[in-house]
Amino acid sequence: MAASDNGETTAPEAIGAEPCHPRDLLRFATAGSVDDGKSTLVGRLLYDTKSVLADQIEAVQRASVDKGLATPDLSLLVDGLRAEREQGITIDVAYRYFATPQREFVLADTPGHVQYTRNTVTGASTAELAVLLVDARNGIVEQTRRHAAVLALLRVPRLVLAINKIDLVSYDEETLTAIAKDFASLARSLGFPDDAVVTIPVSALVGDNVVERSQRTPWYDGPTLLGHLESVPVVGPELRAPFRMPVQYVIRPRGSGRDDLHDYRGYAGQVASGTVAPGDEVVVLPGGRRTTVAAVDTADGPLDVAGARRSVTIRLADDIDISRGDLLAAADAPPRVTSELETTVCWLAEKPLRSGARLLLKHGTRTTQVIVGAITERLDPETLRFGEAPAQLQINDIAHVGLRAADALPVDDYADVRATGSFLLIDPPTGNTLAAGLVGFPLADALG
Amino acid sequence: MTRAAPVLDALDALESESIHIFREVAGEFDRPVILFSGGKDSTLLVHLAVKAFAPARVPFPLLHVDTGHNYPEVIDFRDRLVERLDLRLEVAHVQDWIDDGRLVERPDGTRNPLQTVPLLDSINEHRFDAVFGGGRRDEERARAKERIISLRDAFGRWDPRSQRPELWNLYNGRHSPGEHVRVFPISNWTELDVWRYIRRENVELPSIYYAHERPVFRRDGMWLAEGPWGGPRGNETMETKTVRYRTVGDGSCTGAVESAATTLDEIIAEVAASRLTERGATRADDRLSEAAMEDRKREGYF
Repeated sequence: MAASDNGETTAPEAIGAEPCHPRDLLRFATAGSVDDGKSTLVGRLLYDTKSVLADQIEAVQRASVDKGLATPDLSLLVDGLRAEREQGITIDVAYRYFATPQREFVLADTPGHVQYTRNTVTGASTAELAVLLVDARNGIVEQTRRHAAVLALLRVPRLVLAINKIDLVSYDEETLTAIAKDFASLARSLGFPDDAVVTIPVSALVGDNVVERSQRTPWYDGPTLLGHLESVPVVGPELRAPFRMPVQYVIRPRGSGRDDLHDYRGYAGQVASGTVAPGDEVVVLPGGRRTTVAAVDTADGPLDVAGARRSVTIRLADDIDISRGDLLAAADAPPRVTSELETTVCWLAEKPLRSGARLLLKHGTRTTQVIVGAITERLDPETLRFGEAPAQLQINDIAHVGLRAADALPVDDYADVRATGSFLLIDPPTGNTLAAGLVGFPLADALG
Repeated sequence: MTRAAPVLDALDALESESIHIFREVAGEFDRPVILFSGGKDSTLLVHLAVKAFAPARVPFPLLHVDTGHNYPEVIDFRDRLVERLDLRLEVAHVQDWIDDGRLVERPDGTRNPLQTVPLLDSINEHRFDAVFGGGRRDEERARAKERIISLRDAFGRWDPRSQRPELWNLYNGRHSPGEHVRVFPISNWTELDVWRYIRRENVELPSIYYAHERPVFRRDGMWLAEGPWGGPRGNETMETKTVRYRTVGDGSCTGAVESAATTLDEIIAEVAASRLTERGATRADDRLSEAAMEDRKREGYF
């Protein structure tokens, strides 16, 4: 049941015939502008992988008849909120799930028009791959360039351009090749390596090259969209980065009645990057004490080694005062500890950001106060260049902002380690999330 | 330094994500609670919470909003689980709210929609600030847009139009006094993930999940059991069928499915081949309208 060499897929499992081997999980995001047919593409993926069940299809058929449509509108599988169905638009990021014998998929479907930065940043923040959709009749438009810039800023490791509605350009090879070429140069200018980008011509409405290979694109020899999603390697860059783990909680089973656990003290967390094993030398930050890993525990017993994304409980050789908010890091490759941060901020709130504002910053498991310093440069969404900054940032702006934190924070550049290079800015009175923040200038550096 | 670590399969990845969520909430909230119905999703929550804090005890209690329309097997299962894990259990009896007039029994006798008020009252009374629920995004379209940590106002209401963006795995649970958050640690699990994990971990479930003989009657295409909530009406007649339940809910509106599945392998094969989602098949309350779930969630339902 393996994908063949050219990435074509075998029949998808009926919602989950037993896989013959352990499957891994791919988290990916979709992005596109209004009317590119993204909800239809997502509906098509769910429908053709048989992830949509009879009662959901019936509900969509009923609703399609009510709207006077001749064929079921697959986008209705995706648009979940009443306002979305009434207005025929997608408002908020929606999460979708499907599986094939090769892999399980978590899809963050991010709408393109209202608050596009907010939605794309949200979807991209956890994605290992992004599918960017364009209409074959329009090719690369400004919205595509903005979305691609956000995906580059968030360092989504892999990118797919799905050229949709190829049925409406008569499956014309020349048109599609031209779009693919435009996109390749855009992706290169944003710092995506050539081997991280794939272009696939599809028709979500008809189903060409989504799950089933199209007979109408004989000139296309690449994978189908699903074939690519199934076969692309998922090992994220975080596994190759040095070890980092924010301490979430200190586990002390005193009073459990078990004498053998009286002195147990474990530091619970999810490995954010790299690997950790007993005997490793680690540093506890921001304090700076060094010690050695005594054990990497789980409820199922100790591990020889744990990699990124694994939730573990670490015991240390020395008795050090450690609490939630501290970071364990590889002693030979520690992050820098600083309270002056040079950052890139994606402003997601209606309320504008001004220099001098006092906000909360959440980094790892620590929340601290910050004062906003200079807003130095803002991304021009048309030219995709950083240029002169306005006095205040508005919703959807991406800008370089200096921050001064009340406490020193152990940080890496986002480009090096996602987990220790990312943070939230929070509004103290309302508690609302105002911004996604990245340490350093990952997009400006890529733009060169 | 690069060194090989075992690749996480999908279930390991989901387990680690859920454990991370439990620990975040334990670290940032004063009074969390797990909503517990005895169903497979809330039983899975408890199992994951145990693993998140081992070898220490789970550092928060369970809350059961009891419709009174129960299966004895489930209550028995609940009590044994609480005792074995040395947990604290709070029960909010819907009957108490009906008895003192805060709630009125519905004409159809169904009590699922009546759970919202006792739930919100209990949250206020115990000052719970984080309420874990077993909701999954694959269950229903409105749930697909729910956050993992989701703010509720002082009236328990969910406003889908003004949700906080959820970025990376940095959860923002800040709230004002009187507000609380709902937390969904198994948001990203599918029904099949839940069953496969239950099999892998050998998680005990109430016996009604497995095929058994039960006197039932047919209504609206579902097999319902007789109980304190009522029985057959009109031309409905009792028959003994071999059935099992796919969800645990109010007995008056939770249907059994005909099934011979007596083992987890057989249940998984059945779920995999099923052509109906679990809610559509067996929950009359979700069929009320297209937007039924969104409306109930807005009002503060689970």
